[in-house]
Amino acid sequence: MLKQLTYVQVWVNDQDEALAFYTEKLGMELREDVTVPEMGNFRWLSVGLPGQDVAIALLAVPGPPVFDDETRDAIRSLLAKGASGGLFFATDNAQKSYEELKSRGVEFTQEPTEQPYGIDAGFRDPSGNHFRLAQQNA
Amino acid sequence: MRPVIPVPPTRHLLRAKDLVDARYHEPLDVSALARAAHLSPAHFSREFRRAFGETPHQYLLTRRLERAAFLLRNTDRSVAEICARVGLSSVGSFTTSFGRAFGLSPTRYRAAYPPASSRVRVPTCVVQAYARPHSAVFEKTAAHAAASVLGSP
Repeated sequence: MLKQLTYVQVWVNDQDEALAFYTEKLGMELREDVTVPEMGNFRWLSVGLPGQDVAIALLAVPGPPVFDDETRDAIRSLLAKGASGGLFFATDNAQKSYEELKSRGVEFTQEPTEQPYGIDAGFRDPSGNHFRLAQQNA
Repeated sequence: MRPVIPVPPTRHLLRAKDLVDARYHEPLDVSALARAAHLSPAHFSREFRRAFGETPHQYLLTRRLERAAFLLRNTDRSVAEICARVGLSSVGSFTTSFGRAFGLSPTRYRAAYPPASSRVRVPTCVVQAYARPHSAVFEKTAAHAAASVLGSP
């Protein structure tokens, strides 16, 4: 049966911009970056948190022949509107992580806030994807 | 040279929407939001509505009402204080818009939920420290009780 989650896929507006953001600002490592000329220069780009196997595939929204122009534009518009889902991260110290990421210029949507389950905060990537970081109660 | 990928204009509108969610308690208005989106106020309001289905003014007001409802359920602050805390200046118009949004006045809305004090998460150590009867009172009450049991003056 299914064994392990290995990748989650995140649409991004601009793969170079995303790579810089996820590695330089969020502290992830580059896992793969391959462009395939015979597939219309499809670029498989993935990053991940050091020490964790699961990777995030940062994919550009393709146009024809994968998606027609209207579909591509609709996806890019949803992304920019913040309607494209998100990822949830754990941290040992929400306040410290918040301050560090903020000082690197990460755009926060919510400052660290006490919740019944711990302390969490919200932020976005340059494309508009929404992320949360949470310090869970022991 | 790689192609320049333009940022979709809605990304700037999302930034203004995020600003509402994060700073609703500040004296924000539509022109401050328009600045965050790098648009003129009139153009901004139209574009915001096209992207999110409501005007920035409505989004800001309903965010403030949602936060006010949360504070009514989870704190014992007065209605006037909650009104100010969510960035609204007139208690009268707050009460009117709250009633329109939730179908109840702020006071009745609050009364429909268990009081915040009954749901507060107090650690056992705090309960033990604060709920213990004061020994001086305890001795006085015990002496009084003993006196009435014995029937002596």
